[in-house]
Amino acid sequence: MIVRILGEGQYSVDDAQADLLNGLDSGLERAVEAGDEDSFRSALSDLLTQVRALGERLPDDSLEPSDALLPTEDSSLEDVRTLLADSSEGLIPG
Amino acid sequence: MSVMKRLQMIFSAKANKALDNAEDPRETLDYSYQRQLEMLQKVRRGVADVATSRKRLELQTQQLQQQSDKLETQSRQALAAGREDLAREALTRRSGVAQQQADLVTQHAALQAEEEKLTLASQRLQAKVDAFRTRKETIKATYTAAEAQTKIGEAFSGISEEMGDVGLAVQRAEDKTQSMQARAGAIDELLASGALDDASGTAKDDITAELERMSSEGEVELELARLKGEIGPGKAPEAIEGSTSPTAQPAAPQPEQAQPQARPQTEEGRS
Repeated sequence: MIVRILGEGQYSVDDAQADLLNGLDSGLERAVEAGDEDSFRSALSDLLTQVRALGERLPDDSLEPSDALLPTEDSSLEDVRTLLADSSEGLIPG
Repeated sequence: MSVMKRLQMIFSAKANKALDNAEDPRETLDYSYQRQLEMLQKVRRGVADVATSRKRLELQTQQLQQQSDKLETQSRQALAAGREDLAREALTRRSGVAQQQADLVTQHAALQAEEEKLTLASQRLQAKVDAFRTRKETIKATYTAAEAQTKIGEAFSGISEEMGDVGLAVQRAEDKTQSMQARAGAIDELLASGALDDASGTAKDDITAELERMSSEGEVELELARLKGEIGPGKAPEAIEGSTSPTAQPAAPQPEQAQPQARPQTEEGRS
């Protein structure tokens, strides 16, 4: 699967690792829903670290769409909520 | 639903919508390419804006440093002149300046990080735009409806995602730059109003004024002493002081004491 970390680039991660990433992603989701900034931070950081460690960076000129997207490392809970609440017409330019 | 999946869907929804709206998918290739070039311009402008703000902060940091140095010199001068109150005032202001400086250092680091991120984003987008241009021409040349449709969809989604990503980065940088500029403007105003004093040294602050007053008083005293030395032979300074200064009332009885020294003529000649 291809995972994009916003502001950083895309990583190709072996599908065998999908379960691990999904597990971490669930933790992130719970933190977002609970509005718990601390666990949000650590969950996001864990997930990003794993993607970087397990994945292989795609070259800048690859045009492949991603299967999953992750916020930038320094995103706040509020930032992510805004992103998630966004419609396809909203905040995201391009 | 999972966070990373939801985000992916939000980003791809936009690309899909643009594709669905196009009658001939090949049109979207050219249209998209135009948008990409615009976005590249936007990122580069973003980098330039952040750099401008960063330089402004650097200038202000320098100004604050000059101000800090000046206040330290003033506190030394004040202390040397025995004016501890004035020295204390100068040092108090200096600590205020130091706080502003520390603030600027943090902001400068944040801006620098933003500048680096945007520079990288601009490089990534440039690489993708170049790749897209090549792909676009290939797809156009080998056009057979069904096959091209898929290829266009892929290329389009890939670049569209990048555009969304870069667009967000530009937006973030713009927000940060704006709030930074507001702060920088506030510091400029402070410097201009003299509250932090004008580091260019054109306007005199009250500490400088006080120090200058003290120093000019000191010069007057010195000058006075020099004149006294020239005029009097050094034996009767009190008499001369009494006669030269009309306001010196306590000197009134002194002429009698001075008379035994037999210098009435001198006094008459001078008055």
